[in-house]
Amino acid sequence: MIPQFPVLSLIVLIPIGAAVVIWLLPKEARTAARVTAATAMGICLLLALLMYIGYNAEVNTPESDLYALANGGYAFDSDGLPNTFRFVEQYTWVEALGIQYKLGVDGISAPMVLLTALAGFTGVLISWGIEESTREFMGFFMLLVSGVFGVFVALDLFLLFFFYEFAIFPMYILIATWGWKVTREYAAMKLTLYILVGSIIALVGVLVMYFVAGDFFVQNPDLLPEGARAYSFDFEHIQLASMHGAFNVDGYAGIDGFTLAKFWFPVIFLGFGVLAGVFPFHNWSPDGHVAAPTAVSMIHAGVLMKLGAYSALRLGVQLLPEGARIHLPWIILLTLVNVVYGAFIAFRQRDFKYVIGFSSVSHMGLVSMGFATMNLTGMTGAGLQMFSHGAMTALFFACVGMVYDRAHTRDIPSLGGMARRMPLVAVAFILGGLVSMGMPGFSGFVAELPIYLGLWHGTGVSLSLGGAAALTNYYPWIAIVGAVSIVVTAAYVMRVVHLVFFGKFDENKYHLVGDVTPIDKAALIILAVALLILGVQPLVMAPMVQSSMAPIVAALGGM
Amino acid sequence: MSVPLWMYLFVAAVLFCLGVFTVLARRNAIAILMGVELMLNAVNVNLIAFWRFLTPENVIGARGGMSGQAFAVFVLIVAAAEAAVGLALIIALYRTRQSVIAEEADLMKGSALDNQTLETITWLVPLPPILAFFLISFLDANKALRERWRLINALIAITAILISWGLSIVIVIEGMGRGGEALAEHPIAIAANWYPMGAGDYFKLGVMVDPLTVVGLFFVPLTCAMIFIYSHGYMAHDERYSRFFSYIALFVGAMLTLVVADNLLLLFIGWEVMGLCSYLLIGFWAHKDYPAEANKTTNPRDAAIKAFITTRVGDVIMLLGIAYLFAEIGTLSYRTILRDANVLAMLTQESIIPGISIAGLAGLLLVAGAVGKSAQFPLHTWLPDAMEGPTPVSAMIHAATMVSAGVFMAIRMFPVMSAGFHHHGDFTAPMIALGLIGAFTALFAATMALVQNDVKGVLAYSTISQLGYMMAALGIGAYVAATFHLVTHAIFKALLFMGSGSVIHGMEHGEHHVHEHAHGRAHKWFDAQDMRNMGGLRRKMPYTFWTFLIGGLALSGFPIITSGFWSKDEIIADALHQAGEGYALGVWVFVMLVAAAFLTAFYTMRQIGMTFFGAPRTEAAKHAVESHWTMWTPLVVLAAFTLVIGFLGVHPDFPILGPLLSPAGHSAVHGLVGPAMLDEAPPLAFSLTAPLISIIVALGGLALGWYIYVVRGVKAVDQKDWVEGVLGRFIYNEVLARKYRLDDSNVGGVYKPGLYTIVFVRPTQWVAEQLVSSIMDRRIIDGFLELVARVAVQIGNFFRAWNSAVIDGVGDGVPIGIGRFAAWMRPLQSGKIQQYLLIAAISAIVIGFILVLSLAR
Repeated sequence: MIPQFPVLSLIVLIPIGAAVVIWLLPKEARTAARVTAATAMGICLLLALLMYIGYNAEVNTPESDLYALANGGYAFDSDGLPNTFRFVEQYTWVEALGIQYKLGVDGISAPMVLLTALAGFTGVLISWGIEESTREFMGFFMLLVSGVFGVFVALDLFLLFFFYEFAIFPMYILIATWGWKVTREYAAMKLTLYILVGSIIALVGVLVMYFVAGDFFVQNPDLLPEGARAYSFDFEHIQLASMHGAFNVDGYAGIDGFTLAKFWFPVIFLGFGVLAGVFPFHNWSPDGHVAAPTAVSMIHAGVLMKLGAYSALRLGVQLLPEGARIHLPWIILLTLVNVVYGAFIAFRQRDFKYVIGFSSVSHMGLVSMGFATMNLTGMTGAGLQMFSHGAMTALFFACVGMVYDRAHTRDIPSLGGMARRMPLVAVAFILGGLVSMGMPGFSGFVAELPIYLGLWHGTGVSLSLGGAAALTNYYPWIAIVGAVSIVVTAAYVMRVVHLVFFGKFDENKYHLVGDVTPIDKAALIILAVALLILGVQPLVMAPMVQSSMAPIVAALGGM
Repeated sequence: MSVPLWMYLFVAAVLFCLGVFTVLARRNAIAILMGVELMLNAVNVNLIAFWRFLTPENVIGARGGMSGQAFAVFVLIVAAAEAAVGLALIIALYRTRQSVIAEEADLMKGSALDNQTLETITWLVPLPPILAFFLISFLDANKALRERWRLINALIAITAILISWGLSIVIVIEGMGRGGEALAEHPIAIAANWYPMGAGDYFKLGVMVDPLTVVGLFFVPLTCAMIFIYSHGYMAHDERYSRFFSYIALFVGAMLTLVVADNLLLLFIGWEVMGLCSYLLIGFWAHKDYPAEANKTTNPRDAAIKAFITTRVGDVIMLLGIAYLFAEIGTLSYRTILRDANVLAMLTQESIIPGISIAGLAGLLLVAGAVGKSAQFPLHTWLPDAMEGPTPVSAMIHAATMVSAGVFMAIRMFPVMSAGFHHHGDFTAPMIALGLIGAFTALFAATMALVQNDVKGVLAYSTISQLGYMMAALGIGAYVAATFHLVTHAIFKALLFMGSGSVIHGMEHGEHHVHEHAHGRAHKWFDAQDMRNMGGLRRKMPYTFWTFLIGGLALSGFPIITSGFWSKDEIIADALHQAGEGYALGVWVFVMLVAAAFLTAFYTMRQIGMTFFGAPRTEAAKHAVESHWTMWTPLVVLAAFTLVIGFLGVHPDFPILGPLLSPAGHSAVHGLVGPAMLDEAPPLAFSLTAPLISIIVALGGLALGWYIYVVRGVKAVDQKDWVEGVLGRFIYNEVLARKYRLDDSNVGGVYKPGLYTIVFVRPTQWVAEQLVSSIMDRRIIDGFLELVARVAVQIGNFFRAWNSAVIDGVGDGVPIGIGRFAAWMRPLQSGKIQQYLLIAAISAIVIGFILVLSLAR
């Protein structure tokens, strides 16, 4: 391969470099720390945008493989794998174990990288006002973002886990140190434990896949790509084993009718699902969101939850399609609970930030629900929803943070009339609310509508548990019950908008509340514009997501 | 001034009708132009006639007396400009076609504009108001410009709507020229890729002009343009004047998008954005609170949320219907779904619910959307509350356009709703739903309108009732009648609402005047909208009175001269026909609608009587004045349309008027809308029974109302209402004024929660707050976690104990044991030789003893 500009490595490493530089600065150099962080994130955003545009350009080039994939064709690389990864960089790391430093993006992760860059950049802008240990905050924030970038671009399972844990450690410190004083230690611990336990369970599943795939290649050396080791953590390597049916061998663990895929899929999917907030493993998330400082909430709800969904898709659904077919039809019930239940809870929260926290639980349920439709429409919707929800939640938390910083309370009934003092925040929040309730013209609509359409389509996969007990196609009913959440979402958004931004402004209590700074405004506008562009013109993202979802859907045997 | 007013009006009416006839006859291009001139001159005569009412004393903001002649000159200038344009067009036409005779020049068949131009014009229609929204929002955000640019902002919005109106007129004329049949089969359409659906398929969004679009483009921009102009006067003193214009501009953009959409999704997009604008505009005066003595059950904030959420219930069900249709057909394009016999036949297969076809299920879901948007029972409660918004909003959104959108969508999707219906009483499930709900709502809302004292309240309930007529008409398959009534109602109801706004304005001015001249008196809550406080406004506000009268008569269905008569009569004729065929649904619809028609005529006359006739009952009414000309000019225009638009739908066999107005063997409305559906409804044979019933009912209701509220009149503010005397206190106060107990109500300061509040709102809050949040999430899930944590802690404690006892016991035990042993041994090392020797001796004896024993074995 022609050596190319290592754009992905730069995206991952620049924040780490920035963190080192920031920590080398003198303690008083607050502004320098901020500027360094903002510059680093700005460069990352620019690179991510270039990468995104490059990928998208190829999706829209009629001769390319990606164009074929996005338009119903099928394109393989030399090994017979779908040719979706671009900007690939590969170096051997630990040869004896088959671990490499391999990065690359496809149509699912490219929007996620862009989202991370957006949330990271705006997060630094929002955190401009942090005066308490600014240097340390910015440094850890850079590490966090770097870890998140790493997960999205890693094409080696070991590397993926490495970055996954790498992201969690600064998260703990950021919440426990700069978080909301009342609950920060509790929330940080709760969050870390939940996520670690989930990821360790998933790690076991991944190790099993590593060994089984290795054994498979030892037995079938002719299938092994030239010059490759049998045992390797390379994603595409394991994917190849999966394609050749290594995980579908009957009699797994000595039980008839059992395969590795059937056994380990729920473990891996739910293990990562913890981070995606799948019911009933969602409770870390509202507490965590609330306790975290604003910028961390933005990354946390905006991007980190997608990390779970993304990993569940990549390692669960994509590598174990056989298991997905069996298990997603019941997991969808969990996601349905997420969607409806999160919306209901959000409706009755008194704490402004908890409303958004639970709304995230509800909306992330839609992502998993989209995966569970197992058809192209629904899964593309889920991919778009990951981006849409990320930008939307980041916007929401930014607004909440701005109100809290000025009014020093998040108690909804005691706020009121904030639109008078910070009109742009009100507009931004309402805009986020419209996205959240699926208002046409905003990204929420183009993401949620395909998910519901996908549900109506039902799944092309026959819903059967163990062959004998065939189920009727109940997916449309899920759509009907799930639609309740749309009404409830509208209700809670309206409630918050009315109580916090409209209504009476208490001049005595909030006389110190003023408008937000131009830097804050810039952050809000960047996020809002992203939501609008996707809503008005989904062609900027949908074909890209579709090009990479198509092979997954094909592997699932769906439509 | 010796010529009496009615003579002016008569001459104007004759001129106007002549002009309309000439245009409708469409014989010759020059004649058409002259017809338009005649209509303009009729307006001119009216302006001159009314100028004497315009004196500085009774016109707000009139500087030095705005004279009618000034307007006449203005209209003349406009007419001259327009005549020049018209002549130019005719010359151009003559050059290309060598004739100006309509048929020879092929004016009506061939097209003056090619399709490409028309496509461009079509997608341009919704654009100006949307751009205006962004532009005004941008300008309004700047504090420095906000005050200075007030008028400019309004002008931007008004110009935008006028451009849209102009573009729409081009399309309407072109569409009328091509005729319904041609347009239905070959609509003007253009679409672009919007969302990939896999396998190289794209979901397309686009615009289309078919007969229904022409209808929509006829009445939407017309009413909206009038309302924009009116808003300038109505909102003149509002702090957020510019913001108001930006919202209504966005609203109109969304409505026009909905009208020109070529698929259900784009329709839904427009639909939702309208819902949002409705929410913003109902809550426009969100800071307003009423004192307790106002006995209100709502305020703008709550009303806005209620409207949004209630309609959204319908919207979500409708979205499910859209998703279902899409899942079954794979497209949402009107042309594929609605004009393909194979697709429609496929839709008659049984759905996932036994006994209902796919089309039936999808249709029922879509009906729910229409029910929400058009405020039909049981989702009607939001509309009366929506009257909290400024009156232009009520006129535009809650009478003329947005609530019509529900009916418009139902007409659009009628082929789906009626798939399997063959005009022989085999009504499909959605049609039965429409018929039952519509007819019931028509009467149900009319009864509540009887007891309203709020001038806008009457109109709100009458809107619900009239929309019920359209729904019911669709239910029995009379889609042409429904469309016709949609248009006439939009125009006269916009007129009525704006008239009531003018009345409110006048009353507020009167109250302001009274207040200013009565210093020291405690300011009491005064309801400028309460009709009991009015009376005698006829003489104070002549424009408002005459136009309101025309609108009111149209609403009542006053025979021949009002459009309401023609459209309502057509629905009743269809219902009578269906009833005559012996179909139960037909009988139901007929009975309910006729009863509702009587009540409508009565309550309209009650409203007119209480408002305009008799003597002023309060000081405020005594000092009420006519509104600014920007407010009454739109009223005059809409009143003119109200009078003539009905002639487009006269049955060709109607005595005298039929042959005159519908020479082609069908009325203009039938010619345009009839072929819009693939399965065209057979034309109805004319019978005199239906018009006679309509006339008797309308005149009967009007006469009764006239006798009670004009001849006998209401003498005092607190006089008991005649209706209360007839119906009895219980029905009047406890049933009707309490809105059948469905909705929250407040009668005489006694608040009672409605059924919906008790059954839906409170349990939802309880479930969210108690069940889900407190019990499920906090107690069960977090409780379980805490249990796990406690178990973990207990396990930890156990291990700690185990650790210290066993592991540490061993680990620490060894050195401690050694230490202890050493301590125990320490006395041995005493340093005393004798002791050592003793021990050595004892040891030697013991060892010796053991040795002896072992050797002995």
